[in-house]
Amino acid sequence: MEIFAYPFMQRALLAALFTGLAAPVVGTYLVQRRLALMGDGIGHVAVTGVALGLLTGASPTWTAVVVAILGAVLIETIRERGHTNGDVALALLFYGGLAGGVLLTGLGGQSAARLQEYLFGAITTISVTDVLITMALAALVILLGVGLSPQLFAVAQDQEFARVAGLNVRAYNVLVAVLAAVSVTVAMRTVGLLLVSALMVVPVATSQQLTRSFRATLGAAMVLGMTASVGGLVLSALAPPGARVAPGPTIVLLALAGFVLTWPVGAWLRQRQRLREPFPVGLPDQHQPTSEQHVHEHGPDCGHVAVVHEDHVDYVHDGHRHAPHGKHYDEH
Amino acid sequence: MLVKPVRLEGGTVAIGGRPVLRGIDLTVDTGEFVALMGANGSGKTTLVRALTGLRPLTSGSLSLFGAPFAEFAEWHRIGFVPQRTSATSGVPASVWEVVASGRLTRRRLLRPLSRADRAAIDDALAVVGLTDKARDGVSQLSGGQQQRALIARALAGAPELFFLDEPTAGVDLPNQHALADALGQLKARGATIVLVAHELGPLSALVDRAVVMRDGRVAYDGAPLTDHEVHHPEFGETHTHHHAEPEPGRHDHTPHVASPLEPR
Repeated sequence: MEIFAYPFMQRALLAALFTGLAAPVVGTYLVQRRLALMGDGIGHVAVTGVALGLLTGASPTWTAVVVAILGAVLIETIRERGHTNGDVALALLFYGGLAGGVLLTGLGGQSAARLQEYLFGAITTISVTDVLITMALAALVILLGVGLSPQLFAVAQDQEFARVAGLNVRAYNVLVAVLAAVSVTVAMRTVGLLLVSALMVVPVATSQQLTRSFRATLGAAMVLGMTASVGGLVLSALAPPGARVAPGPTIVLLALAGFVLTWPVGAWLRQRQRLREPFPVGLPDQHQPTSEQHVHEHGPDCGHVAVVHEDHVDYVHDGHRHAPHGKHYDEH
Repeated sequence: MLVKPVRLEGGTVAIGGRPVLRGIDLTVDTGEFVALMGANGSGKTTLVRALTGLRPLTSGSLSLFGAPFAEFAEWHRIGFVPQRTSATSGVPASVWEVVASGRLTRRRLLRPLSRADRAAIDDALAVVGLTDKARDGVSQLSGGQQQRALIARALAGAPELFFLDEPTAGVDLPNQHALADALGQLKARGATIVLVAHELGPLSALVDRAVVMRDGRVAYDGAPLTDHEVHHPEFGETHTHHHAEPEPGRHDHTPHVASPLEPR
């Protein structure tokens, strides 16, 4: 346990905490717009930004922020013009960003290992300045993403309605793109640029298995993201000596494990919801006695789904709707 | 003189260089219930999009509540129900949240919902009869109920002028009656309503005035027509047609497609 007494580990824990909280905020708006892969696109573009920093000797964090914001605004502009599909625009930037980054790193005479720190994360090597930048940027993302949530929700839900409601839709779209770019660079040190999108999207996918409202989805995604990033870091730190467990992939796999665990619950909830849906009222009931010999006695405790239907109860099981009628059951 | 909620003069819209609306003059009085009707592709949806500013005018002038459109800023006076088959998006949202987003026209940035906001949202839900569904997810509602939720969203901002684009499309008859009830309540409160509809159905009792579009022009503007009359080339007997008799078997301006081998 003495590993948690080391300053580098404390810095890493702080960075993981803030990143895990901030990334799902923007991820929620991206998933709502059905742009779940946008984080990936921005992540690839940010590779070029990191390489530019390595080449010029500037701080790779800041060059990545600048290039990622430019890329995000470019993606948003291409999407808004509407003539190219959003996913094609994303694909173009994926390849351009990654190829540019690798090329520039080579030109700068840097080793691939240096770039790898940014591609797959190196949270335990993070410096004090980087922790402070990470915390400040993450706080900004959370503040804007949660504070402006009524506006951002309306714009992502229905752009045309938002425009007629007098909202500046373009400004909010660009804001989401910029916040996404900032989150990508914030999460870059934690899980790495190639896995950034996982921390933005997977907690949202997990939380929406169980939630029915937007606010609950957003809140639960933030908690899940934080749990995954702090938990993944702790797990990798507690790995037995000798085994090299990288924190970035551990965090992502832990987040995915959360999804794998909740998905069956979500599927079961949705199935139950469908069964309990009320039947139309006002239609004449058909008096068609059940054909099979019905030995089972339906009742409040029989375990079959009971749906109140006008003045009686229908029991739903095995594709039948059985309504008690005297001594037998009717097929409703 | 009273300020007209909507005044469009010589409105023309071209999409990609192709004229879609041509020389439309349309003035709507306060408290009027106007039905914009016409066949698919006649320009009725484009007209509503032009009136809400979603589609810029190529020429002509539009004023809303007396203000030229470029200077218009009182968006809380307008409620818009876009043409939608579904109110869902990629993330779950409750009915209450969707309706609450309609209140944004009256909310300031970074302020929590006031008591008046909550009351307006509850009232909007009550008008469309979805009060007991408020906490459910929108994706659990039927198509007709989702359409009613979208109307409640427009209603939450307490606007004076409503634009509704095909609210009855793909909605079953009981839900159309529920829609008609809600719109009837709005009309009784003095709202001005501009509604695009292919067929009116149960809404026909509410309509004060029908505007029939045909090929980007206003072909009829006057007393309400029955659904049957709208699609009749002569609009029943009230209308005097200036042009020549339409060719039999051929629709206005619709390009006639015949195969080269087909004898004509």
